[in-house]
Amino acid sequence: MNGAQAIAKSLQMQGVKTVFGYPGVAICPVFDSLLETDIHSVLVRIEANAAHMASGFARLNGEVGVAICTSGPGATNLITGIATAYADSIPLVCITGQVNSALVGSDVFQEADITGAAESFVKYSYLVRKAGDIPRILREAFYIAASGRPGPVLVDVPMDVQLAEVKKFVWPEEVNLRTYKPTYKGNTAQLKKLMKALAASRRPILCTGGGVHLCQGAGVVRAFAEKYNIPVISTMMGIGTMPTQHPLYMGMLGNNGGMAANRAVVDADLVIMAGARLADRALSNPTELFKGKTLVHIDVDPAEIGKNAPVSIPIVGDVKAVFEELLTMEPVECTTEAWRQTLRVYRQKPSARKAPERLVDPAAFVRTLSLSMQENAVYVADVGQNQIWSCANIVMREGRLMTSGGMGTMGYAIPAAVGAQLADPARQVVAVCGDGSFQMSMMELATMKQENCPVKIVVMNNGYLGMVREYQQNAYDRRYAMVELNHFPRLDKMAEAYDLPYIRIENMQEMPDKVKQMLETPGAVLLECLIDPMDVVKN
Amino acid sequence: MKRIFSVLVENRSGVLTKVSGLFARRSFNIDSLAVGETENAEVSCMTIVSSGSERTMEQIEKQLNKKLDVIKIRSFENWQAVARELCLVKVRYNRSNKMEIMATCSLAGAQIVDSSKNMMLIQICDTPEKVQAMLELLHGVSIVEVARTGTLALPACGVNLDK
Repeated sequence: MNGAQAIAKSLQMQGVKTVFGYPGVAICPVFDSLLETDIHSVLVRIEANAAHMASGFARLNGEVGVAICTSGPGATNLITGIATAYADSIPLVCITGQVNSALVGSDVFQEADITGAAESFVKYSYLVRKAGDIPRILREAFYIAASGRPGPVLVDVPMDVQLAEVKKFVWPEEVNLRTYKPTYKGNTAQLKKLMKALAASRRPILCTGGGVHLCQGAGVVRAFAEKYNIPVISTMMGIGTMPTQHPLYMGMLGNNGGMAANRAVVDADLVIMAGARLADRALSNPTELFKGKTLVHIDVDPAEIGKNAPVSIPIVGDVKAVFEELLTMEPVECTTEAWRQTLRVYRQKPSARKAPERLVDPAAFVRTLSLSMQENAVYVADVGQNQIWSCANIVMREGRLMTSGGMGTMGYAIPAAVGAQLADPARQVVAVCGDGSFQMSMMELATMKQENCPVKIVVMNNGYLGMVREYQQNAYDRRYAMVELNHFPRLDKMAEAYDLPYIRIENMQEMPDKVKQMLETPGAVLLECLIDPMDVVKN
Repeated sequence: MKRIFSVLVENRSGVLTKVSGLFARRSFNIDSLAVGETENAEVSCMTIVSSGSERTMEQIEKQLNKKLDVIKIRSFENWQAVARELCLVKVRYNRSNKMEIMATCSLAGAQIVDSSKNMMLIQICDTPEKVQAMLELLHGVSIVEVARTGTLALPACGVNLDK
């Protein structure tokens, strides 16, 4: 057995069924040895999308996503995908080929110091020196990626190490890293303090972040909120923790969020943040905001607690484990009726948004689309105005919303949707892009077809990089620079080129029927939705 | 505030880059950094002196703890530690200031460890403050070059950092 075969065997030991990647000479031994296994290798069209696909795959099935690329440009292309996964704490193992060990450092063809380059957005990285270390390193890599606060782990394997003989394949029974012991269980004394604070509170609010999805904790968090009638809001990454129509749900927090959620966090006397970072898009001045309130912060990563705001009750632990524990504790009296009533009034206030007079109103489109989708469907939102319209208007039921929240990486939706579809072929998966973000990943239409993925792709076309245009409208007094997307490719012809059914929505009258038509058309579909170029996410 | 971080790390290649890179990326100050092996060849000890707000000091410790090559971090203030720095100063001297330099050295406990007919190399090993004071004393002399180790520190015997 050689190093590459040891990699293939390690992936099998780890239960990997699908990997995403792009070949090159320096990784050929690995792809060659994968042919001897039942592991399916998905060939993307550019490496960053291998990581995005692995990310969509991981987010849906809760496993570690795997991306495999070659050295040099293959590895550097992968970086944006790695950084995107890092920002959203998505578990990935990325394996890159590297030039022969003896040549590392001499700037030979397709050599890049990828472990050095990616250092600040990987959870950990390895440069493999000895083929015999491969099983241990991959065992550790999967463990590190998935445990604690999940994240990407990079394993760089020089060509000669892939070809070197592994005398004995030793798969470690368990991983024991003296430097890494994540805390899952919350400290009981701290949990008691939380319950005491809850009993004393008249206006509690529970805010859920992406961490709730990462630990598959939505169910227990919901049960806790229902037990004590605590109103729930979520960050962008936490959308879907509660169904949108749930009486306790008050919407999305943040500068792109709803009025009720933002008022809730201002007026609350107790804020319980669960698996959320308190980052700038959710809270603009957290230190000021939390003055005079009790802030409870629950996170598996101790470094997040107290990073952006002083915390009254820090709880280090896995959100799911913490809430499971809280549910078993002595119940407290928590009266929130008046508070919920106040928030419900805010929640029911009609939106101040002025719908555009012509073409399609993206807000109404997102509502119709999400309500027409299957109950448990996956909605992948790209980045740009489309993301904000999606997140602000989606009606969640039992499905999932996925988006690049931390990094805001354009072009995330199509590859992530393909990855999600491959993770669960029976699910309905819809990717919603803007015309800008679509063009960053449209090469993956080929991958989608090659893999027979029935992803429904929506392109909100306004001929602009709308998010930046809207910013320039306000910040630069309509002096537009670099935002006009002239010569947009004709999507009908593109659909034809990729052998996809094409549907186009030009006005509100035909919108509901055509959304239905898209969802009912078997296989992948490309839907173009014309929207007003001057429409804004903030009225 | 100023704090000393005594960081035990796995003695692997690239660890120094990872630790110093973390400081650069998050805009934490490094006032000084010194690395060396410990009694265990697999473990190195980094002594990092940093300054900043209390929240920054807390973040430094937490972010360092997230690095998988970091085994253990102890952080303490100057008064809880025995801190030393080694400094080599090469000065140019002449007949008129030779005696004065020698007197300064003997007063400060510094040694003249090498010399030629117009240069001498002074070695001082003391607390970082004393080293700084010595350098200031030599300010009037023509300093050719200076090399400093940065602070090395261990918690003083009898100091319990867990309290």
